[in-house]
Amino acid sequence: MQELVTRAKALLADGTVSRVLGWKNGDMSFNPEPSFFETEESLAEFVYDGFCGANLSKYMIEAGKRDGKTLVFLKPCDTYSFNQLLTEHRVDREKAYIIGVGCRGKLDIEKIKKAGIKGILKIEGADAELNDETLKIKTIYGDSEIAYKDAMLERCHVCKGKEHMIYDEVIGESQDTCDKERFAEVSKIEAMSPDEKFEFFKAELSKCIRCNACRNVCPACSCRKCVFDSTKFDASKKANTTSFEEKMFHIIRAFHVAGRCTDCGECSRVCPEGIPLHLFNRKFIKDINELYGDYQAGAEVNQRGPLTNFTFDDAEPSIVKERG
Amino acid sequence: MLRIAKDNLTALFREIAKSQSLFLPVKNAGQTNYGIWTEDKEADLDTLKTVKSAKDIFFPQSETLYTCFKDGKKIEIKPQELEKEKFVVFGMRACDIEGIKVLDKVFLSDPVDSFYKARRDHATIVALSCSEPEESCFCSAFGIDCAEPIADVRITLVGDSYIWEALSQKGEELTQSLKTVLIDDADEKALKEEKEKIRNIVEMLPLSDLSLDGFSGDSVSEKFDSPIWEELYKPCLACGTCTFVCPTCQCYDIKDYTTNKGVERYRCWDSCMYSDFTMMAHGNNRTSQMQRYRQRFMHKLCYFPANNDGMYSCVGCGRCVEKCPQGLNIVKVIKAFNKQGGEK
Repeated sequence: MQELVTRAKALLADGTVSRVLGWKNGDMSFNPEPSFFETEESLAEFVYDGFCGANLSKYMIEAGKRDGKTLVFLKPCDTYSFNQLLTEHRVDREKAYIIGVGCRGKLDIEKIKKAGIKGILKIEGADAELNDETLKIKTIYGDSEIAYKDAMLERCHVCKGKEHMIYDEVIGESQDTCDKERFAEVSKIEAMSPDEKFEFFKAELSKCIRCNACRNVCPACSCRKCVFDSTKFDASKKANTTSFEEKMFHIIRAFHVAGRCTDCGECSRVCPEGIPLHLFNRKFIKDINELYGDYQAGAEVNQRGPLTNFTFDDAEPSIVKERG
Repeated sequence: MLRIAKDNLTALFREIAKSQSLFLPVKNAGQTNYGIWTEDKEADLDTLKTVKSAKDIFFPQSETLYTCFKDGKKIEIKPQELEKEKFVVFGMRACDIEGIKVLDKVFLSDPVDSFYKARRDHATIVALSCSEPEESCFCSAFGIDCAEPIADVRITLVGDSYIWEALSQKGEELTQSLKTVLIDDADEKALKEEKEKIRNIVEMLPLSDLSLDGFSGDSVSEKFDSPIWEELYKPCLACGTCTFVCPTCQCYDIKDYTTNKGVERYRCWDSCMYSDFTMMAHGNNRTSQMQRYRQRFMHKLCYFPANNDGMYSCVGCGRCVEKCPQGLNIVKVIKAFNKQGGEK
């Protein structure tokens, strides 16, 4: 972590960048927040550890409107989002200085709590550089331990790899933490009967509180004004008047980001109700891969997405009917 | 003194549900929220905090106010019926109960909100003491004692039984109706010890020393004009998570839903984090996210006390501490101002 701070200070000092976008210490050992550092002194509060799951790419839309370059720290999976935003002309490459940071998987505090660990005072072993396999947790109710792997975010179990897709320089080592088949969960749902599928999604989506966190955090949801923010539209963003409306919101959103979603997993990370929202997007990714050939949004800049490109080999719409 | 064995709670729920609706924390797809108890529901009194507070039992996230039906040139207006049946809310924590008192200030003051009042009048609240407060809790900063929540009935887990204390007329009535399931042999001394144990834990909580010094109805201009907001709001996603999990946020919007036969007028929770919050014909008086972010905390810590005899509209439940997607929360705001004050 110190190397990141030292480098950031040097880049601020020599005028390469005007500010730094990174993560700031929280008031607990597990709640850092994204932060813009405007001065070298302010970097005293910089942190980079296992709890820095927040993907900073989307903040670069706003940062790009300011004068000068912004130094942004991106984890390997965050770089896919940045590339996709570049492809969509939502961020400005010239306004960004990208340091790719090493990642060994990010942690999910909810998983730690679900393991029955409560009253957390301090968590050790979450440092980005160390390879501690166990988190040592001091709580009001005694000391606990949990394996780093067992506390990882869902998305890290289907890690896209340790390579940064775009960067000016890379600091730190990364690990490929993939230990699950990316589409296993989707296949499981595909194998369900229509009634079972409906029950599954009904139970999950009935928890939705329409806080819009999934949409607001999503790097693919970068419309200046979302259709759900329109005041001229009955089913507006606030109310979940009917359970039907909740489903429509999530399904419409999934359609809108199809082919552009990099599977960064932020939607599921931020959902206060623990809805596995990534499953919608991953279903689309699986379908796209099967119908148009393997495709990873954000792997390259300016690639034509399968849904925005036409070739004579494209799947015919009737495939949906045939497949059922 | 009365008690009910933890193992025998289902019998208690069954007995209550015989005569009235019973709301309690139930598990659904891995998360615990308040819901109406039925035999097939999994009650969960062990989870300290439901994701959403018990607020929407009294002030639902969305509710119809009236419906207009159109038949040719005839329009009929059908008002929504008010709650007329008694019901029980079981397992409310001290913070959520104090949250309801904040809502009372808003909805029971003139003009009285008849929908809310009807629900308040028909509710019997069974409070649950917090056996194991967690790191995000800071109710003590607002003078709330989670070892002794005050409602119609209070239950406290001691060993493998909940000790039952009726605290009001409504509570006595509920207790009378449950005589067949409550056992009259609870250990008063053990209850006292349990409460002391809880209070000791509260003192050890990392946020227990949070100071609200400087936050009051008198500090409105000073806080409003502080440059600190420009720093604080930046990571905010402008989502409504903090608002919707909060037990005291009370702002709502009123909207019309067009059905093919007429119009349904409903109200739904609104969030000051949203861009169309308090939108008026001329536009919006808050045009930036900084202003929206500031509004939320100014309302809780300055405006509300200014208008309600010093009562804050935060109860320290810590849901925002746990749920903000980007790690922001009211504690960080309070601490940022405390720190700034110290440096001056």
